[in-house]
Amino acid sequence: MNDVFQLSVVAGILTSAIRLATPYLYAAIGEAFSQRSGVVNLGVDGIMLISAYASFYIVLNTGSIWLGLLAAIVVGLLMGLLMAFISVTLKAEQGISGIGLYMFGLGLSSLLFKTTIGTVKTVTGFQPVKIPLLGDIPVVGEIFFQHSLLVYGAFLLVPLAWFVLEKTTWGLKNKSVGQNPAAADSLGVNVDRVRYVSVCIGAILAGIAGASLSISLLNLFQDNLTAGQGFIAVALVYFGGWKPVGILWGALLFSTVNAFQLWMQVLGVKIPSDVAIMLPYLLTIAALAITINRVRQPAALNKPFERGES
Amino acid sequence: MAHGVPTNEKQQIQRVEMCNITKCFPGVLANDRVCFDVNQGEVHALLGENGAGKSTLMRQLYGLYRPDEGEILINGRPYTFNSPADAIEVGIGMIHQHFMLVPTMTVAENVALGLKSSREPMLDLDKVSARIRELSQLYGSIIDPSAYVWQLSVGEQQRVEIIKALYRGASLIILDEPTAVLTPQEVNDLFVTLKRMVKDGHTLIFISHKLHEVMAISNRVTVLRDGCLIGTRLTSEVTRNELVKMMVGRDVRQLNPQPLKSGPVRLEIQGLQAMGDRGTEALRGINLQIHGGEIVGLAGVSGNGQRELAECLAGVRKTNHGTILMDSVDISFMPLKQRIDSGLAYIPEERMRDGAVREFSVQENVFLHDHASPKYTHGIFLDFARMRVFASELVKNFNVKTPGLDTPIKNLSGGNIQKLIMARELSRQPKVLIAAQPTRGVDIGATEYIHQRLLQQREEGIAIFLISEDLDEICVLSDRIAVLYEGRIMGIVERNEATVEQIGLMMAGISMTEAMQR
Ligand SMILES: Nc1ncnc2c1ncn2[C@@H]1O[C@H](COP(=O)(O)OP(=O)(O)OP(=O)(O)O)[C@@H](O)[C@H]1O
Ligand SMILES: [Mg+2]
Repeated sequence: MNDVFQLSVVAGILTSAIRLATPYLYAAIGEAFSQRSGVVNLGVDGIMLISAYASFYIVLNTGSIWLGLLAAIVVGLLMGLLMAFISVTLKAEQGISGIGLYMFGLGLSSLLFKTTIGTVKTVTGFQPVKIPLLGDIPVVGEIFFQHSLLVYGAFLLVPLAWFVLEKTTWGLKNKSVGQNPAAADSLGVNVDRVRYVSVCIGAILAGIAGASLSISLLNLFQDNLTAGQGFIAVALVYFGGWKPVGILWGALLFSTVNAFQLWMQVLGVKIPSDVAIMLPYLLTIAALAITINRVRQPAALNKPFERGES
Repeated sequence: MAHGVPTNEKQQIQRVEMCNITKCFPGVLANDRVCFDVNQGEVHALLGENGAGKSTLMRQLYGLYRPDEGEILINGRPYTFNSPADAIEVGIGMIHQHFMLVPTMTVAENVALGLKSSREPMLDLDKVSARIRELSQLYGSIIDPSAYVWQLSVGEQQRVEIIKALYRGASLIILDEPTAVLTPQEVNDLFVTLKRMVKDGHTLIFISHKLHEVMAISNRVTVLRDGCLIGTRLTSEVTRNELVKMMVGRDVRQLNPQPLKSGPVRLEIQGLQAMGDRGTEALRGINLQIHGGEIVGLAGVSGNGQRELAECLAGVRKTNHGTILMDSVDISFMPLKQRIDSGLAYIPEERMRDGAVREFSVQENVFLHDHASPKYTHGIFLDFARMRVFASELVKNFNVKTPGLDTPIKNLSGGNIQKLIMARELSRQPKVLIAAQPTRGVDIGATEYIHQRLLQQREEGIAIFLISEDLDEICVLSDRIAVLYEGRIMGIVERNEATVEQIGLMMAGISMTEAMQR
C-alpha cells in the first residue's frame, strides 16, 4: 500500500463517519430533550422505522424530498404524542411503554412496507451539496463540506440544542421538571405540558433521524432498516451526559467505528463480517460501563409526576 | 421588571378570607368547613397537631389543591386558583415544609424558573442575579446567585425560598414550619428577616409546633384540630396553656422525672474518633458512660459531631479509633443488624430518609426490621394476623393519624410519619436506646407521649442516649447532660447542677470550669 492510497482510505472513513453520525445525532439529541424532562423514551427506534418508511413512501410516489421530510416530521410528532399520552397523562411505566412503541413501529413499518412497496427499491433522496470555497479544499473539503442538507442539519443541531437547553427560559423549565417536578410545579410551571413538548421534540427529531436513513444516506427502505440504531442513540444520551456536545463526541466515536468496519469489509480485510458488525454494539456496552457511574442522570427520570406527593 | 417590594405594580393584598373550606382525601377529611382570614401587615400563626390540616389549608390558598367546598376572597373578591401560577399572580408566595428547590441548579436559576425574562425566550440570569443580591442583602446577608443549591446549608436554602417569593412580588407569604429544620441560631436570623419583611408591609402566615416562636412573632393565632377550626385569638390575649388546650383538647402535664437509682453501666464509649462526611475530623476522642435507668442528654449546636456520634454508635459510620461496649461486650465491629439484635435501638435523625420506606404501607414500615422475628412467622411464612394486631396497637397507642394500616406512609402528614417510626423503635424493648432529635417536627401531644415513653423505658432499666437540639427537652428529661463542642465533650453536668445559660456557654466552647463560675 502506498501513501496516497492510505490517505484516501482515511479520508473515506472520515467522510463516511460524518455521514453515519447523522441519524445518531438527530435521535440522541432528541432523546436528550425527552430525558432531561424526566421521560425515557425507548421507542426511538420504532419512531425512526415508521418515519423512515413514511418519508421513503412519499418520495417514491411524489418525488418530493421535502414532502418526504415533512411526512417524517408529522409521523414523529404523532408517535411523540402517543408516547407522551401514555407516559405523562396515563403515567404508565416508561420503559415498558417505550418498548411497546418500538414493537409497534417495527411491526407497522414492516407490514406497510410489504403491502405497499413489496420489494427493495431506491429513490433519489437528498443529494450532496458542495459548500462554495470550503468544499474545494482538498481532502478536508471532501470530508466535511460535500454532504447532503440533512447531514449539515444534524451538526448544526448540536449548538442549536445547546442554546435552547442552556440559554432559554424553556430550557430551564425542561431541566427543572426532570430534576424536581414538584419544585417546578410550585412555581407555576406546567409540568405535564413541558414534558409533552419535550417528548414531542424528541420524537420529531427521531423521525428526522429515520428520514435521514431512508431518503438521504441509503435512499432505500427495507425491513428493520435501522437495525437498532435508535437504541444506540438512547445509550449515547447516557454516554454524552445529557449534553449535546457530549452526544456529538459519542456519535462521532460510534460512526467512526462503524465506518471503519464498513471500509474494512469493502477493502476485503480478513475479519469475519459478523464480528465487524458487532463492533459498534460492543463499543456501546463498553462505553456505557465506563461512563455510567460518572454522570448524574435527571433525578426524576422515569418518575411520573402527581401533585401533592411530597 | 423590578419585583420584591409589594407596593409597586401588583395590587397590594389587603385582606384574604378563606370561608368554609372543606377538603377531602381518600379516607380523610383534611379540612372541615374551616374559616381563616389574614390582614395586611400582620403575622397570623397557624397551630395544630400533626395531621390537623394546616399544610392542606395553605396548599389550597397557594393553588396546589382545589377546595372541595368553600370560597377564597382576596380584598373581598372571590378567586379560584387552578395552579400556583394563579396564586403567584395575585401576590401569594409559599415556603414549603419540604423545600421546593432543584439542587442541581444554581440559586439564580432556581429563582428565575417559571418567570418571564426580559429577553424572552432567552434567560437573563445577570439581571436576576443582581436582584437576588439586592434582595438577599436587604433581608439578611448576601447569597451568591451562582452557587448551586446543593452547596448551601439548610438555612441558606430557606433564604433562597424566601427570595424566590419576594422576587415574584409576593405580598402575602406562607411559611410552613420554617423553623423545624433550623438550628436555634438560624431561627434567630430567620426571625430578624421576618420582622423586617413585616415592617416593609408584607403579610405572613406562620406555621409552627413551637409555642414560644408563635408567641414571639405572631399577632393572631388560629388553631386547627382534626381538620376543624377550634378558634382564632389575639396572641396578646392568650396564654401558652390555653393554646395547648385548644390544640390537644386537654391539658398537657408538665413532666418532672424523679431521680432513679442508676444501674450498672450499659453503654460505654472509650476514646471514639471518626471522620465527618467532608473528610474532616468530626469526633476527637469521646469518652462517656451511660448507666441502665439513666438518660444522658447530649447538648450542642448542630454540626459539632452529634450526627456522627449517633451513626458510630449505630454502626453505620466507620470509627477510626476507640471502642464501644454494650453490657461489657465490645460491639465496635458489629454491623447495624447485629447491634440491633443484641439490644440496641436507634432512632435516626433523618427518619424520612433512613428510617422509613415511603412507598410501603404503615404496617410494612412497622415490620421493616422485625419481619423475620419468630413472633411473626410460621416457618418461612409471615403471620399477617399477628402483625396486624401489633401494628394497629402501635398506631392506636401513639395516636398515629392514618386512614388505615394499608395506606402508603407517603400520604401521612410529616409528623405522623415521625410518630410511627418512634413507635416502632420504642416498642422493641432494647438494652440501649439512641434517640436523635426524637421530637423534631412532632406536635405537642405526641411530644408529651414520646417523653413519657422515654421516661418509662428509663424506669425499665434501659440506658438512653438522647441527642437533641432542643435544650428544654434535654433539661427536662436528662439525668446528666453532656455538652459536645467541635467533636469533644466539654463537660458532663448533673441535671439542676447547671443553668440553661451555663450549658449554652459550654455549647459555645467555653470550658466547664469557666462556665460554672459565671
Ligand atoms: N396528598 C394527600 N393524599 C392523601 N391524604 C393526604 C394528602 N395530603 C394530606 N393528607 C392527609 O390529610 C391530613 C392533613 O394533613 P396535613 O399535611 O395538612 O397536616 P398538617 O397539619 O400539615 O400536619 P404536620 O404538622 O404533620 O405537617 C392528614 O391526615 C394527611 O394524612
Ligand atoms: Mg404540614
